[in-house]
Amino acid sequence: MESTTAAPGSVARLFPDELETPPLSLRQLTWRRFKRHKMAIFGMISLILLGFYSFGGMLLFSEADANFVDTKLILQAPTAKHFFGTDTIGRDILARTIYGGQISIIIGLTAMLVETIIGVVIGALAGYYGGLIDSLLMRFTETVLTIPQIFLLLVMAKYFGGSIPEFELFGRTFSGSVIVIILIIGFTSWPYLARIVRAEFLSLKENEFILAAKAIGTPTSQIIFRHILPNSAAPIIVSATLGVANAITLEAYISFLGLGVRPPTPTWGNMLERAYNYIESAYWLWLFPGLLIALIVLSINFVGDGLRDALDPRSRAI
Amino acid sequence: MNTLLQVRELTTRFHTPEGTVFAVNGVSFDLGEGETLAVVGESGCGKSVTMLSIMGLIPKPPGEIPKGEALYIKRDLLKLSDAEMQHIRGKEIAMIFQDPMTSLNPVLSIGRQITESLRTHLGIDQKAANQRAVELLEQVGISEAARRLADFPHQFSGGMRQRVMIAMALACVPNLLIADEPTTALDVTIQAQIIELVIQLREQLGMAMIWITHDLGVVAGLAERVTVMYAGYIVEEASVDDLYDDPRHPYTLALLAALPRVDLRRERRLKSIPGAPPSLLVEPKGCPFAPRCEYVREICRKENPVLTPVAARHKIACWVDINSGDLR
Repeated sequence: MESTTAAPGSVARLFPDELETPPLSLRQLTWRRFKRHKMAIFGMISLILLGFYSFGGMLLFSEADANFVDTKLILQAPTAKHFFGTDTIGRDILARTIYGGQISIIIGLTAMLVETIIGVVIGALAGYYGGLIDSLLMRFTETVLTIPQIFLLLVMAKYFGGSIPEFELFGRTFSGSVIVIILIIGFTSWPYLARIVRAEFLSLKENEFILAAKAIGTPTSQIIFRHILPNSAAPIIVSATLGVANAITLEAYISFLGLGVRPPTPTWGNMLERAYNYIESAYWLWLFPGLLIALIVLSINFVGDGLRDALDPRSRAI
Repeated sequence: MNTLLQVRELTTRFHTPEGTVFAVNGVSFDLGEGETLAVVGESGCGKSVTMLSIMGLIPKPPGEIPKGEALYIKRDLLKLSDAEMQHIRGKEIAMIFQDPMTSLNPVLSIGRQITESLRTHLGIDQKAANQRAVELLEQVGISEAARRLADFPHQFSGGMRQRVMIAMALACVPNLLIADEPTTALDVTIQAQIIELVIQLREQLGMAMIWITHDLGVVAGLAERVTVMYAGYIVEEASVDDLYDDPRHPYTLALLAALPRVDLRRERRLKSIPGAPPSLLVEPKGCPFAPRCEYVREICRKENPVLTPVAARHKIACWVDINSGDLR
């Protein structure tokens, strides 16, 4: 007789561990659902490749290459030596898209951080405290929302554009305008997130576990940031992801209009700046940075969509 | 026996768009050190609101406590600041709730939730707090406690979660544990286990306890004294034995008649109380139980009786002596 077979009259001794595989963790579940989203996987792979392109490309081209002006070679169509051609003052476009990509990605990520921090703090305080604080913060949020963001960005970029000097980081020189762009994109993008976070807090704070946490004397700051905030992580993550794409697009906009990141620091956006004079005569000026912007924004949006589905707590899909 | 908690004329109201809700209307009771008091009454009669008021957990607005005091070792809890109450909650007075499925934060590990109050109140580091958490989990009967600290609430069953809640509440060894229907959401066998566990922990820690329930059957083996609440009033207060042997308030009598008994004939139908509890939206006038009361008299509809003694340590709020049927 096998040892697991119960003798007549006795109770089979089976422990939960023997009966079932351990339950999937939240992370595993999310990954399983994300994997099924084909476009999200495409987006993720494309983002990894773009990351390699922008940061791995440093090994092939130095920053000096990207800023090297060769007046004998202006406006050259793509050749074996310059795959993406050269620009109006003879700089290699391939090298510039590599270094420009770094700046664009860094701006996207840090502007998203600024946006998320402001949005989460304002939304959390408004949603948790309610009443007067909520009214004040939400009216302020709505005020920011009613002013068209592009207009606000242009005014701020014009006004603060040159206020931060150049600085060095990781042995590279950055134009101070990078910081300005990051801050103004962050400062104008947070209202939607603040609203999402507020709505989350409004419903989450009514949960019994919040009352239970208060009943053991948990301080308010902990209730807000340790108990409620992690419960609203899913929409914040999705919104932050899409925020990166949004910030990259906005940077491209303002740089295209000549108010963004100042040359010689390249970004995908400011590479387009003078390209519009050559739309027909020198397609390579705008094609490559334009394609890269489109690709990264599209990929991030796909990943965001995939995350939205994967993190949806109401989704029953396994 | 020293008095631990002395509640006087506690009144709690909620101002809602539909009008003012008179949730608790002048509730007074005493609780001795190490004593267990049961608070019974049907849903919506103000049991939980009374306790939440004492704990300072009533949201204001819409809540308001226009009068009353709750003296806890000479300090009026109703007058303490939020910061002062924070030091009392969890450290001196702890509370456990009805539904263990929703009372634990789904995204934080059990360990984090238990150690939270230890770290807040005792200021010990995470390592020491974890050690204490393992002890606590063992104390409440969770096996392989050390391994389970990293587990999340969804990995526990209902009874297990209530045990975790109890461990959280008892982490700092409070003087008073307020249990708000902690077994209502559990099935009967688990209920018995939890009650047994709580009784055993009460003996070990020597703490006082307030046990809110609407199940008179649970009360008998657990409490020393019982208060019966109706529509925000205490209508009867007695020792457990007196309440079962000699109920004096018509409402208590009706509640006991509605209780299934194993020692009576099975054909006997359970007696329900006709009518429904009064709306708490109208300012109470007269005895709140009068519309449903078998013994109702003229005076009952005009004037609300106050809680007065009928025997030693036995008080009721009623105009009628139900044994003789005459006015008291």
